[in-house]
Amino acid sequence: MKYVFIIAGVLLIALSIAAGLIWVERRLLSVWQDRLGPNRVGPFGIGQVVADTIKLFFKEDWVPPFSDRPVFVLAPGILMATILLTFAVIPFGPNFVVFDSNIGILFFLGNSSLGVYSIVLGGWASNNKYSLIGAMRASAQMLTYEVFMGLSLMGVVMMADSFSFYKIVEAQKGAWFFIPQFVGFIVFFIAGIAETHRLPFDIPEAEGELVAGYHSEYSGMKFGMFFVGEYLGITLISGIIATLFFGGWLGPSFLPPVFWFLFKTFFFICVFILLRASLPRPRYDQLMELGWKILLPLSLLNLLITGAILIFLK
Amino acid sequence: MDQKNPNIISELKSRFDEKVILYYQQTIDSTPTLWLDRNNLIEVLKYLKYEITNPYTLLYDLTAIDERVRRKRNGQPESDFTVVYYLTSFERNSDLRLKVALKNGILSLPSITSVWESANWYEREVFDMFGIDFSGHPRLTRILMPKTWKGYPLRKEHPARATELEPFVLTDAIRDEEEANLKFSPQEYGLATESDDSDFMFLNIGPQHPGTHGLLRLIVQLHGEDIVNVIPDIGFHHRGAEKMGERQSWHTYIPYTDRIDYLSGVMNNHAYLLSVEKLAGIEVPDRASMIRIMMSELFRIASHLVWLGTFAQDMGQLSPVFYTFNDRERIFDIVSSITGGRMHPSWFRIGGVAHDLPDGWDKPMQTFVNYLPKRLKEFDNIIIKNRIFKARTIGIGVYTAKEAVDWGITGSGLRATGFNWDYRKKRPYSGIDKLEFDIPLGKNGDCYDRALVRMEEMRQSLRIIQQCIDNMPSGHFKSDHPLAIPPRKAKTMTDIETLINHFVGVSWGPVIPAGEAMVPYEGAKGGNGYYLISDGSTSSYRSRIRTPSFPHMQMLPLIAKGYTIPDLLAILGAMDFVLADLDR
Repeated sequence: MKYVFIIAGVLLIALSIAAGLIWVERRLLSVWQDRLGPNRVGPFGIGQVVADTIKLFFKEDWVPPFSDRPVFVLAPGILMATILLTFAVIPFGPNFVVFDSNIGILFFLGNSSLGVYSIVLGGWASNNKYSLIGAMRASAQMLTYEVFMGLSLMGVVMMADSFSFYKIVEAQKGAWFFIPQFVGFIVFFIAGIAETHRLPFDIPEAEGELVAGYHSEYSGMKFGMFFVGEYLGITLISGIIATLFFGGWLGPSFLPPVFWFLFKTFFFICVFILLRASLPRPRYDQLMELGWKILLPLSLLNLLITGAILIFLK
Repeated sequence: MDQKNPNIISELKSRFDEKVILYYQQTIDSTPTLWLDRNNLIEVLKYLKYEITNPYTLLYDLTAIDERVRRKRNGQPESDFTVVYYLTSFERNSDLRLKVALKNGILSLPSITSVWESANWYEREVFDMFGIDFSGHPRLTRILMPKTWKGYPLRKEHPARATELEPFVLTDAIRDEEEANLKFSPQEYGLATESDDSDFMFLNIGPQHPGTHGLLRLIVQLHGEDIVNVIPDIGFHHRGAEKMGERQSWHTYIPYTDRIDYLSGVMNNHAYLLSVEKLAGIEVPDRASMIRIMMSELFRIASHLVWLGTFAQDMGQLSPVFYTFNDRERIFDIVSSITGGRMHPSWFRIGGVAHDLPDGWDKPMQTFVNYLPKRLKEFDNIIIKNRIFKARTIGIGVYTAKEAVDWGITGSGLRATGFNWDYRKKRPYSGIDKLEFDIPLGKNGDCYDRALVRMEEMRQSLRIIQQCIDNMPSGHFKSDHPLAIPPRKAKTMTDIETLINHFVGVSWGPVIPAGEAMVPYEGAKGGNGYYLISDGSTSSYRSRIRTPSFPHMQMLPLIAKGYTIPDLLAILGAMDFVLADLDR
């Protein structure tokens, strides 16, 4: 019974954050862009979330006749499923985790690799040239960034001596890992942006170039799943950054641990949005170059040095 | 400037023979206008471009005139259709207009694409509008009108209004024909479908696409994401502005000009009126001239702000477009307090401007001039100096000054290559030579330099506006010339002549004396100009609008080949074109 509550709680928090982000992002962007943003529906326009969701539900759910129908329908589901599954291993607080796996980080990396299928298949099944280009870009980008996304976390794993998110948080009671693992944090953060394909790394979507990239042909709730999936992805990456590098639920005890976790997560979500408001988009070959030539060597170096120091200390 | 006594005639005569110039036509704009024989056209053009000292390197314009119902030709050689070539020599700082007569139903000329590649689109336009054939043209098809269009719109017999035609009915046959015509076939554009080792992908960017800034279609031939070739397909925004000029009176055409380059409002009025006033021989009072300069420069800033914001957006930067549009809104606030309009105030009049400046006009203007430099500095920091932005624009879409001139590039795009040419300095109009400003130049001719040049141009425009605020002369805001309509209302109450002029001017519009004139104008996007022909009537006989975006877009394939799709967007963004300016 306890698990049912935890699962329901995690799902509720994750989905409501993701949906709420639609409004948060639009309001925050408009603050940074000298305009008002949605402020009409309800207090501060917060009802916009409901209005947007209702709109998405009632839109015609059109499947293009030239598409590969089963794959086209399946693709957005894969994205939602992989991201939501990953939330199972994230500890929201002490004893507030669905499934404290001893391979938590591997589970997350595996799921994020599966998530690429959603985009590639969606782009491919759309049978549209823009979608195809978007899907190809996505697969190249994800392949590049997954390599050192995993590597950048290995420093943390070595320091905590565990793949379990829960244990990693507990290992940070002395000092949060972003201090010793600063390089790992930066590399993971950049990889995380690429993983969620947000500006400046929204190359698979690249509005000005590819219309809407891989989800050009999607409408209605299928588009909605990509849309919410993107926000879920941001929430997830922010949550993982908070967990692995900023002590997860740890914090002064005058507030409950869940609050600290959500607070840290929300902070990184805002950083994601701020990045979107401020940076232009590099060309995809420049992105690859950054990945292979700078970030990969950097994460390897970080791994080596962390390992050397740990051995030296033992 | 030795335009009054051109030695070009003697140079031509000594190179060829006495008969090379069939007729020397006097024009009001004192541009030497020479009638040539069709047989030695290419030779003369080659001589003018390559051999002559101080050559005529720029093909500024190429167009045609339907002469069949023109009454006051004043001894010009007989002609049904006249093709006009307008050349510019930078070294001489002088223009040359060459005309070739076509008559007796033989509507064919040799194509000059072998001399100027930029003639390609111009000749297609003449073919499209007049049905004149150019032999040896690489692909002579319609350019602005749809493929299925019947007739040649700028011929005098072609109707200008829908009410002159039968009611339109979309039958199945018409629909099928139109749909069949929309089918894309690479062969039609001379594009190969495969290389030795792979198939090409044809990507249709536009006419509806977020990156094309309007109704523009680009057919992109791709190898992976590398651009093998790109073919612009234009004409979706064609509104027959030149044809309208033949129907509207000289005065009522002014609002149409606003909508040519719709981002630079009164600058279009300015370019048009310079030609009209030249034809009419109207001297514009100093105050009116300076008001015009001030408003034009204000609109140059407005246009550049839109360019800056959308360019950054093309690079994926979301925010600057809001900042620049907000600042543009400040300009529109000033514009509306002075003119009553915003984007298209249509506020200039023949012989001056519509009203005098309102009391206290200088305060908001001064506030803006003080405010903008700080913002420009911010834009420099968030856009121009951004490292990703630099990585996206430096070394992208490069062309040399020679290529630029060959392809008819003017304005910031030309100056970004380091070529110093600005009509405000070289052919000063409206007394702009009395004001101090610099012409910013680039070095490399890439997208980044084009951005730098435009940023600096905004600062220079502010300098000009500041001098206008400080030195605004007193006097009339409109000329007393009888053709400047309508004459001042107050005077009509005391003077019967003025009353008659007022009445005629308001009910018919002014009758501009017969003649031809074109005044090159430094628009926000490049060289603009209205080639107006009056037949001594209340409306123009032919209004040719030379717009900068047209040749700029024509050059796209040359500068986009070998780059990738994101670069194509950067090149388009840096080009700063406006679709209405392209299609008219």
